[in-house]
Amino acid sequence: MSMSLVLAIVLGGAFGFVLQRVGAADPQKIIGMLTLTDLHLAKAILSGIGISSALLFIGLSAGFIDAGNLSIKSMYTGVIVGGLLLGAGWAIAGFCPGTGLVALGAGRVDAALFILGGLVGAGLYTMAFGSISDTWLFNEMFGGKATLASADQGLIIALGIAVVFLAIAFLAPKRIR
Amino acid sequence: MYWNWKASGLALAVCFLAAVVLVKPIGVSTQFVIFDGWLADFVNPDLVIEDAESKSGYSSSNAYLDKSGGKYAKSVANPMNYSFVFVLAMILGGFLAAKTQSKKADLIPVFHQRNFPNSAGKRLILAFSGGVIVLFGARLAGGCTSGHMMSGMMQTAVSGYIFAAAAFTAAIPVAILLYKKGGNEA
Repeated sequence: MSMSLVLAIVLGGAFGFVLQRVGAADPQKIIGMLTLTDLHLAKAILSGIGISSALLFIGLSAGFIDAGNLSIKSMYTGVIVGGLLLGAGWAIAGFCPGTGLVALGAGRVDAALFILGGLVGAGLYTMAFGSISDTWLFNEMFGGKATLASADQGLIIALGIAVVFLAIAFLAPKRIR
Repeated sequence: MYWNWKASGLALAVCFLAAVVLVKPIGVSTQFVIFDGWLADFVNPDLVIEDAESKSGYSSSNAYLDKSGGKYAKSVANPMNYSFVFVLAMILGGFLAAKTQSKKADLIPVFHQRNFPNSAGKRLILAFSGGVIVLFGARLAGGCTSGHMMSGMMQTAVSGYIFAAAAFTAAIPVAILLYKKGGNEA
């Protein structure tokens, strides 16, 4: 087996394990966050992004991390429309694509239905793409593949954002409603 | 039953960082398309073909699978690649984590039972229809909670912050309206 498949199994397996143990694959914890009655996952996500972002940019500026491994997604109108749709479906089901797969592994029947629905949704998009690819949905916004942390001041900006994310995670109450 | 939020945040950070240090940022939703394409290619073997003219070496009669030089068509033809196996391993990770966990999550979640008592079928319908909308939206946006929200914001991508804002802008009101009687105990 190639090295890349070994890495896929180790990294994917660890990620699935962690998503289950943090509660992200439990729709109860997702709906708790989205109804603002249990902010456990919101705090975990904010601190996770803050810590990984800070370490990533420290590693990049110290030369430990290969910038060639980064991959910035483009910003276009469909990111907003798709994000709204994903958010609505996330709130209805209590799963997102990754956590739905993990919950399937954990033996949830509702997750199996979510994954089936997901395959239908992805299939519908695959068939629809040809007729929507030339529309306003793909108008580039804010410079496309832009990042807030620019090349020359990347570290300072990324650390600043990380501090804000961690501060919100620490200061937010356990529930708002 | 779950790790506290600090341990959770640290563990998530280690996963996302390790992936980008060793290979590339984590992403999930593309693999739903690859699996669909792999199934469809059984029914119609002409869907994805080898094509020396194409940048990836593969092309497809479907515009989406064919985009970016047949990038997805290549993955459909060779599903045992890093990104697809990563997602399969996530299922295994979830299985192992649940097996070794002391307390199990409820099969019908508390929020559903409170809002729609004794309606297991309705839970399955909501999970299925949510899945259709989530994956359609994720593909339109070009990523999901993993790729756009976590990996994207980690790299300070503008698209990641805007995607996250859009997702929560829809998710919070929909969850509060659909699950009026509260999402949580007490």
